[in-house]
Amino acid sequence: MAELSVLGTDEVPIHTDADVVRVRQLVRAAAVAAKLSLVDQTKIVTAASELARNTLIYGGGGQAVVETVNDGRRRGIRALFRDEGPGIADVDLALTDGYTTGGGLGLGLSGARRLCDEFELDSAVGAGTCIQVTKWTR
Amino acid sequence: MERVPILKIGRVLLVSVQIDLQDQTALALQEDLSERIVSTGARGVLIEISALEIVDSFIGRMLSTIASISRVLDAETVVVGMRPAVAITLVELGLSLGGVRTALNVEKGLEILDRDMTVEDDNVIEDEPAGSAAGSVTEARWPN
Ligand SMILES: Nc1ncnc2c1ncn2[C@@H]1O[C@H](COP(=O)(O)OP(=O)(O)OP(=O)(O)O)[C@@H](O)[C@H]1O
Ligand SMILES: [Mg+2]
Repeated sequence: MAELSVLGTDEVPIHTDADVVRVRQLVRAAAVAAKLSLVDQTKIVTAASELARNTLIYGGGGQAVVETVNDGRRRGIRALFRDEGPGIADVDLALTDGYTTGGGLGLGLSGARRLCDEFELDSAVGAGTCIQVTKWTR
Repeated sequence: MERVPILKIGRVLLVSVQIDLQDQTALALQEDLSERIVSTGARGVLIEISALEIVDSFIGRMLSTIASISRVLDAETVVVGMRPAVAITLVELGLSLGGVRTALNVEKGLEILDRDMTVEDDNVIEDEPAGSAAGSVTEARWPN
């Protein structure tokens, strides 16, 4: 595969509800600029909203990095969410539809994975969580 | 924090969401609507979301909760105006919007609510002996 080039990077701290909205707006703007279809824009923004909220609620706050990338063939939007919270002990369980420890619907993580083309989750108990999602133009 | 305005038109409360909803704003709307249903005696709630660019699990849960609360308070909720891209995304996310009635636009939503209220009015009239004005009693108890 050709080398991945990064065309633009934005960072947003996630510490409040308003920051979650800011992440959505940033991802939307990047997805529009990268010419993702309207449905794909909506999918990546929705996934980002879920992951940003998890970073805030379970991770105790953290950071989002939103990048526009090009893999030599197509453009994409890559969003990374990281926190230094408690981590996820059982990743498979956390990715199960309906599993929640916070009284939610348990759809954020599993749904975000379905909505994106690539989904990578790194987590260590006591150290934190890092999740990266990518959506490519078609 | 911004708040979403609630309008009263006849026996219907109309909410048109025109801002990117923060979680706290969504929760406040839930509470404000519950209070307004009781204080106005509204029988229907119409939530217009054509300006919403996404419905994620939190907003979806808010819509379901509003529908449940309003039902307990004897009002029906209809959500209208969802964008097609939002509908596609919501289904893939896995949200079912359990118990939420939907319609394509405000006009169709109002038709649904009107129909419900008309059916109920007919029932009330049939149940009551002639001469007792059940409808006006309700209105007198719940001034606008
Ligand atoms: N950043 C994180 N740090 C620690 N735990 C997490 C993190 N993100 C998710 N989790 C765990 O994974 C579970 C599932 O997350 P998911 O987003 O799918 O559901 P939820 O947030 O509980 O509900 P929903 O997102 O549907 O409102 C959470 O309840 C939580 O226990
Ligand atoms: Mg979640």
